[in-house]
Amino acid sequence: MTEPRSTRRRFVRAAAAGVAASVFPRPLLAQGSQQRIVVIGGGFAGATAARFLKRADPRFNVTLVEPSPVFAACPFSNEVIAGLREMRAQLFGYDRVATEGVIVVHQAATAVDGRARTVTLASGAKLTYERLVLAPGSDLRFDALPGYDESAAERIPHAWKAGEQTLLLRRQLEAMDDGGTVVMTLPALPYRCPPASYERASLIAHYLQTRKPRSKLVVLDAKDTFSMQRLFENAWQEFYPNLEWVPVSSGGNPTAVDAAAMTVSSDFDTYKAAVANVIPPQKAGRIAERAGTADRTGWCPVDPITFESRLVPGIHVLGDAAIAGAVPKSAFAANAVAKICAAAVAKLVRGDTPAMPKFVNTCYSLAAPDYGFSIAGVYHPVNGQWLEVEGAGGVSPVDASRAFRNQEAKFANGWFNTITSEIFG
Amino acid sequence: MNARRLFALVMVACVAATRALAAENAPPGAASCTGCHPAKPSVDTSVPPLAGQDADVILAAMHAYRSGQRPATVMDRIAKGFSDDEIKAIAAWFGPQR
Repeated sequence: MTEPRSTRRRFVRAAAAGVAASVFPRPLLAQGSQQRIVVIGGGFAGATAARFLKRADPRFNVTLVEPSPVFAACPFSNEVIAGLREMRAQLFGYDRVATEGVIVVHQAATAVDGRARTVTLASGAKLTYERLVLAPGSDLRFDALPGYDESAAERIPHAWKAGEQTLLLRRQLEAMDDGGTVVMTLPALPYRCPPASYERASLIAHYLQTRKPRSKLVVLDAKDTFSMQRLFENAWQEFYPNLEWVPVSSGGNPTAVDAAAMTVSSDFDTYKAAVANVIPPQKAGRIAERAGTADRTGWCPVDPITFESRLVPGIHVLGDAAIAGAVPKSAFAANAVAKICAAAVAKLVRGDTPAMPKFVNTCYSLAAPDYGFSIAGVYHPVNGQWLEVEGAGGVSPVDASRAFRNQEAKFANGWFNTITSEIFG
Repeated sequence: MNARRLFALVMVACVAATRALAAENAPPGAASCTGCHPAKPSVDTSVPPLAGQDADVILAAMHAYRSGQRPATVMDRIAKGFSDDEIKAIAAWFGPQR
C-alpha cells in the first residue's frame, strides 16, 4: 500500500460516517448518546424484551431491573407440586442475558416517575430512561378473600408464584395423612394463566390417586365455565373420581378462609381441609400501580401496537400486568408480545413507525403426566384492540386418541425447553 | 486506532445493524414462532427449528396444515390464522437465517 496514511484514514472516516448515517438515521446518532431503556421485571416478558431490545440495536443501553438473581418459572410448577418434577428444572439465571450486553441490576424498583422519566431503586439510586418497559407480572390480592392475607399464605399456600410457595404446597401434600381432603379455591377472571389452575387440580388429583388413594380434592370455583373445559372434564371423568369441581352456580364461590382452623367456606358450605390451596384474585404487579399505569381494575390498559400505557406516555406494559383485549395472560403470550414491543420501542426511539403486529399463542395443559392438550390462537389488532383471528385457533380435538394426547404432552415439554432457552439460554 | 481496525469495526457495525434490522422487521407473526420452534438445534424438543429451513418447505408445510392435508396437533389451528402473503413472508424470513 503506497497510499498516504492520512488520505486512507480520511476515506475510512468518511465511509464510517456515511454508513452510520444511513443505518442509524435520526435522533440516535444526532444526540451522540446512548438511548437508555429500562426494563422492570425479569420474567417471561421482561427478560425477553431486554434481550430483543439489545438485539434490535446493540447501541441501546438496556438495563434490566429484577430483584431476584434466580427466576423460578411458573409453567410446569404444577408438576413440581405433584412430585413429578424437581424445582431445579424451574430455575434460571440471568448470566446469558448479561452476556448479551443487557445491564442486569438485582434490585427492586420502588418508584417510577413517568414525568421525570426516572426509576428509583431500593438502594435509593435513580435510573433515567428514554423508554421504560414494565413487566412486573401479577400480584396476589391479599385484601380480596376474607381471612386470606400474607400470613395465611404461610399456612395455606397460593403457589401462584413459583418458588418457596410451590415447595410448601408439595411438602404439605406429602405430609398429609391418607384420607384427608384437599381444598382448592379458584378466583374469577382475569388472573394469571387460568388453565394452569385446572391443570393443577388435575395433577393434585393424580398425586392423591397414586400416593393417597383414600383422599379427595374439592375445587371451589368462582366460575361456571373455563378454557378447555370439556377436555379437562373428560379427563377428570376418565381418571379422577377423587376430584369434585364445584362451580359458582353450585355454590362453589369461595367466600372466606380460616387459616388457624384450616377451613375454607363457599356460598353453601364450609370445608375442613387437610391441605388447602387458595389461588386468590390478582392485579398487576405493585410497581405498575405506583407508576400510575394501572386503572381501576388493577390492570394496565395499553396500546395494541406498541404496548405503550394508555395512562402514562413513555412506559410500555407487558405480560400479565397488561390488559390488551384478547391477549391471554400466559407465558407464551408474554414472550411473544415482548418481541413485538421490543421492535416497536426500537422504532419509536429512532423516530420510525412501528409495524402492525400479529402473534400466535399456544398454551399446553397436562391432565396427567403423559396426557396433554392445548389451546391456540392467532391474534391481531383490530380498531385499537387485540382480537383473535376468526377461523383460526381453538382447542385440541375432544375425541383425540391417547397417542395424540401423549404427543401434546411431549410438545408441552418441548415448548418449555424452547421458550426458556430463548429467554435465559 | 489504525485504519484497518476502524474499517473492521465499521463492517461489524454494518453486519450487526443488518441483522438487527432483520430481527426488528420480522413479518407479522414470525417472532412468535420461536416460542415453540427452537432457534438452536441443541434444545430438547421434537419441534423442528425454522431458522435455516428452506423457504419452500415452510411454505408447503403451512399450506398443507392450513388445508388439513397434513396431520397436526396444533399447526393446523395456527396456520388457519395466516394469509397466503403472510405465510410467504414468514417462510422467506426464516429461510435465509443462519
